[in-house]
Amino acid sequence: MQNRREFLNLLCRGTILTGLAATTGLLVYRSAQSGNCQLGSSCANCGKSGKCNLPQALLYKETVWQLDPTKCIQCGRCAENCVMTPSAVKVTHVYAMCGYCDLCGGYLKPDTKNISTAAENQLCPTSAIKRKFVEEPFYQYTIDEPLCIGCAKCVKGCGAFGNGSLQLQVRHDRCVNCNECAIARNCPADAFKRVPASKPYLLQGIEAKNEEKG
Amino acid sequence: MKKSLALAILIFLFTIQFLNSYGIQRFPKPEFESGYVQPETLLPNPRAEVLAFMDIGVLIISLSVVSWLVIKKRSRNGVFWMSLFALAYFGFYREGCICAIGSIQNVTLALFDKSYAIPLSALVFFAAPLAYTAFFGRTFCAGVCPFGAIQDLVSFRPQKLGTRLNAVLGVIPYIYLGLAILYAATGTDFVICRYDPFVGIWRFNASFGMFIFGGLLLAVGIFIARPYCRFLCPYGVLLNWTSRFSRKHITITPAECIQCRLCENSCPYDAIDIPTNTRNPESKQTMGRKLIFITFLIPMLMLAGGWTGSQLHEPLAGVNAKVKLAKQILNPVTDKNQAETFEIEAFKSQGKQQAQVFAEASEVLHQFYIGGWILGGFIGLVFGGLIAGRIITRYQADYVPNKGNCFSCSRCVDYCPIKLPLETK
Repeated sequence: MQNRREFLNLLCRGTILTGLAATTGLLVYRSAQSGNCQLGSSCANCGKSGKCNLPQALLYKETVWQLDPTKCIQCGRCAENCVMTPSAVKVTHVYAMCGYCDLCGGYLKPDTKNISTAAENQLCPTSAIKRKFVEEPFYQYTIDEPLCIGCAKCVKGCGAFGNGSLQLQVRHDRCVNCNECAIARNCPADAFKRVPASKPYLLQGIEAKNEEKG
Repeated sequence: MKKSLALAILIFLFTIQFLNSYGIQRFPKPEFESGYVQPETLLPNPRAEVLAFMDIGVLIISLSVVSWLVIKKRSRNGVFWMSLFALAYFGFYREGCICAIGSIQNVTLALFDKSYAIPLSALVFFAAPLAYTAFFGRTFCAGVCPFGAIQDLVSFRPQKLGTRLNAVLGVIPYIYLGLAILYAATGTDFVICRYDPFVGIWRFNASFGMFIFGGLLLAVGIFIARPYCRFLCPYGVLLNWTSRFSRKHITITPAECIQCRLCENSCPYDAIDIPTNTRNPESKQTMGRKLIFITFLIPMLMLAGGWTGSQLHEPLAGVNAKVKLAKQILNPVTDKNQAETFEIEAFKSQGKQQAQVFAEASEVLHQFYIGGWILGGFIGLVFGGLIAGRIITRYQADYVPNKGNCFSCSRCVDYCPIKLPLETK
């Protein structure tokens, strides 16, 4: 009796362990595979699992969340849905794209009467954008990051009237990298995705620079 | 004339609207004369990937140490301190992500969606505790899981629930597991992470509702020890079944049970099986009748459950983003005062075809139809198992921990009067 029970136990344990090993093996095999990829690979280039044969293919282990500014519609949900308060999504200023405009669509309210730093003229609800005179007629805009709540009002303004140098990004010093991003599941534009931790930003306009850094 | 001018302006405005995409330099980059240096865009790096290996290392070492403490040292104190460490490291330092409970969903998604690359840490957090459980019992629950640790800390006045209530409430984790797998497999949602009651405590930050849920669980946990682990945890289901066939498992007594009953009330989780009357077993006839009843009952329940599940596939799929969007397109907002939803706005800006959205949504609905059959059948099986467990009489001579339900916390060990010479302190 005892022997029979022990044997059954052994059999069941063996089955469970085999199943576990098979699952793990399959998933490891899948993510470590290399073959013929048209940029759909498990490397630091795209964040997908699959086959990759590129010379720059880099196996990666961890992913982080990032939002694609080309998909973003500036709905403002990033400010409300993040598990962090204030949100880990903040506006990022790509200086390389900025036109340094005096009449800045990201800084000033559309119906503003005079161009000044007065609070009633500012589009940002928390005054997180700082305006500084550079030289005639250019002004530099800097984000005071701790003040930014990620509401995307300035992003919308800059995208509508300017170069689109203000872009929302998950700031990785604040993001706790939840297993499933709380903003991602509420994003109406499906703009959030898992990206390789070795290439954690999806900014427009400074991609080339990003790659140089590796 | 006026009309054509208005039309021209309108067309002009529309073109502006369409130019509204990134990468178009409306204003060229200025050439500064004052020697102004353009500041660099600061991009803080995420947590280094090497640290993910540290997490894996800490997990494996913790599992090894706790297993050794439980099986070899039989030390409650050691397990307690290890659980405090887990609370500090996996709870407050790592802020709850990644955890073994949530990793079920990563593994499911990776199995069903080939394009999802599972992080190595998620895979290890899923597999390692199960592998250890297959050899040593649920030592993961005892001293590595931060969920268990925080609930263990507050269980001041554990009450006995009785076998019947325990068995009935014990069904909930199976249903939760089934739902979590269904939603992860269809790429809809990670429900386990969404309704994680303690992650708000690790981060000192959560929505009001989740704080209430977490607080309530801890408050209930004063009287009903480890309510999440026993009556909610979906990973516990997998650990439970693995642990039943484990090679080694914690024993209350190091030698032979002398039936002294000292350990009878020592388990806060009602996980000690109490000896049953083995002298007059029921007749072979009744046993046979019960067996026949069960073999007929379980398939019936599974069929009924599967059918119910398949009928519920539409409400189940209602939370899927693709299905939601298709519904919104089918029933557009007619009230002019009401702004169109962001989902519709995003759909329009992406220039996708309606037919494509509908095709995707019906694909998801089909997945939920099949998933509904499987989930319903599974729930039917679980209820069948519950009934079978209630009517089949088990025979047992000694006080032993229930290998499935026992968390290997080692409390009972201290109650046993028999000590091996090795153990005397």
